[in-house]
Amino acid sequence: MTAIQISNVEKRYKSLQALGGVSLTIEEGEFFGLLGPNGAGKTTLISIIAGLIRADAGGVKIHGHDVVTDFREARKKLGVVPQELVFDPFFTVRETLRLQSGYFGLGNNDKWIDEVMENLDLTKKADTNMRALSGGMKRRVLVAQALVHKPPVIVLDEPTAGVDVELRQTLWKFISRLNREGHTVVLTTHYLEEAQAMCKRVAMLRAGQVVALDSMSNLIRRISGSQLVVHVQNGGLPQDLTHLISHPPEGNKYSLRINEYSEVEKILARLREAGASIDEMQLQQADLEDVFLQIMDGAEIA
Amino acid sequence: MITTGFRTLVYKETLRFYKVATQTIAAPILTAMLYLLIFGHVLSGRVEVYPGVSYTAFLIPGLVMMSVLQNSFANSSSSLIQSKITGNLVFVLLTPLSHWEIFSAYVLASMVRGITVGLGVFVITAWFAHLSFTAPLWIIAFALLGAAILGTMGLIAGIWAEKFDQLAAFQNFLIVPLTFLAGVFYSIHSLPAFWQGASHLNPFFYMIDGFRYGFFGQSDINPWISFCIVAAFLVVLALLAIRLLRSGYRLRH
Repeated sequence: MTAIQISNVEKRYKSLQALGGVSLTIEEGEFFGLLGPNGAGKTTLISIIAGLIRADAGGVKIHGHDVVTDFREARKKLGVVPQELVFDPFFTVRETLRLQSGYFGLGNNDKWIDEVMENLDLTKKADTNMRALSGGMKRRVLVAQALVHKPPVIVLDEPTAGVDVELRQTLWKFISRLNREGHTVVLTTHYLEEAQAMCKRVAMLRAGQVVALDSMSNLIRRISGSQLVVHVQNGGLPQDLTHLISHPPEGNKYSLRINEYSEVEKILARLREAGASIDEMQLQQADLEDVFLQIMDGAEIA
Repeated sequence: MITTGFRTLVYKETLRFYKVATQTIAAPILTAMLYLLIFGHVLSGRVEVYPGVSYTAFLIPGLVMMSVLQNSFANSSSSLIQSKITGNLVFVLLTPLSHWEIFSAYVLASMVRGITVGLGVFVITAWFAHLSFTAPLWIIAFALLGAAILGTMGLIAGIWAEKFDQLAAFQNFLIVPLTFLAGVFYSIHSLPAFWQGASHLNPFFYMIDGFRYGFFGQSDINPWISFCIVAAFLVVLALLAIRLLRSGYRLRH
């Protein structure tokens, strides 16, 4: 079943085209990453999914329910963790969660609320006023608020921005558990290692357009392969190896693209022939950051 | 149908002002008492608006209604602008609550605050004069309608305003003049002809005049006429507020 169906969504703010016809299908149970630089349109897209912003054209369906015409059902299926650290200073943590639960029609939900607080290490702060919490604690409450109604689809808009390591681990442990139990998770993040570790499939946005959409492993494999980093003494890199350079060299340090490990041997042999000696050598797996930078620099995806 | 979601939002909106009751309930009661002490003292014996009704007795229903109106407006408008500016309005906007539920919950909570303050003002000021209760149903009807109207106006102002000073302007240039020129402190019959005519264009005048009729059985306008005008005004404002909520005006850009 399709968890989120985004069809040709467009949004314009005066002269700025925030989203120019975005279409994406996210299946039930996926752990999906939405990546892109600031201003790419990630938050605008999430706000349209959440019904916080109306699209100029196109539409979004959550579990088959249109977010505008059938908003009640769509919003019941959706839990959103907003990017901004917002809170209501009038209430304690428990009051905040009970109210949020009540808005979704769940009057007697303390068992699940307690479980969510336990999993996010909030139990000790249950009766503390929101104003008195640290930023990290407020972030946990935001996550808890998004989960009070056990939504099948969870959307997290940069949930770990400015958050310490401990919370990041607590959070990912809990979110992974929910994903294993069948919840669909959509995540935007600036931490690419995090996306790489968590997400099975990724869409990259640039200037309001989807510029890449693939499984994490395919994306990494397809774009850049691995790299051999060599620090060469005695003369530079032989001319016939320069076509392998993947990044601008730093002094005598060259990054060379390789597709198979057997190529390492050939490169080393060629360097020896040319009379170069190697000071230092490293073999690097491509990571999401390379992919990301290449795509944002305008590389086309096959 | 009364849903859990609606009840929760009413509860949250009432809990919000209850938690700061000194500011939201006690302070406006004190203000109304000061008006009574000053105007009642200065004008008592010099002005008799209705035969057999002292100025202080005349003033009390006006002050009660003014407190109901101002506090109903203050509740929905300040709650909404605070939630908009701090950003926590998303917690309501992300929920399956319908436009009707959001509208009626905000207005109902505003009415609770307006009526609570009004009752407080009444209980304290009633000691200072002899009051009669000729038609208590009119008292209740006009208090509820007035509270609902100002709660709705507060909702509209809160949706429209994007900054605190815009909301303050709405309050200072619209709500306060309309209230003060509605005959809280005087009968419009004591005004020059032009201002009497102008007062008839002020919907707040009918709320206060009808409310006062409930006490003294005397008013400038027949209470049924006032009731119809006030009810029609409420319907128009409610339709406007619901339309704004449905369109997402300034809430869901």
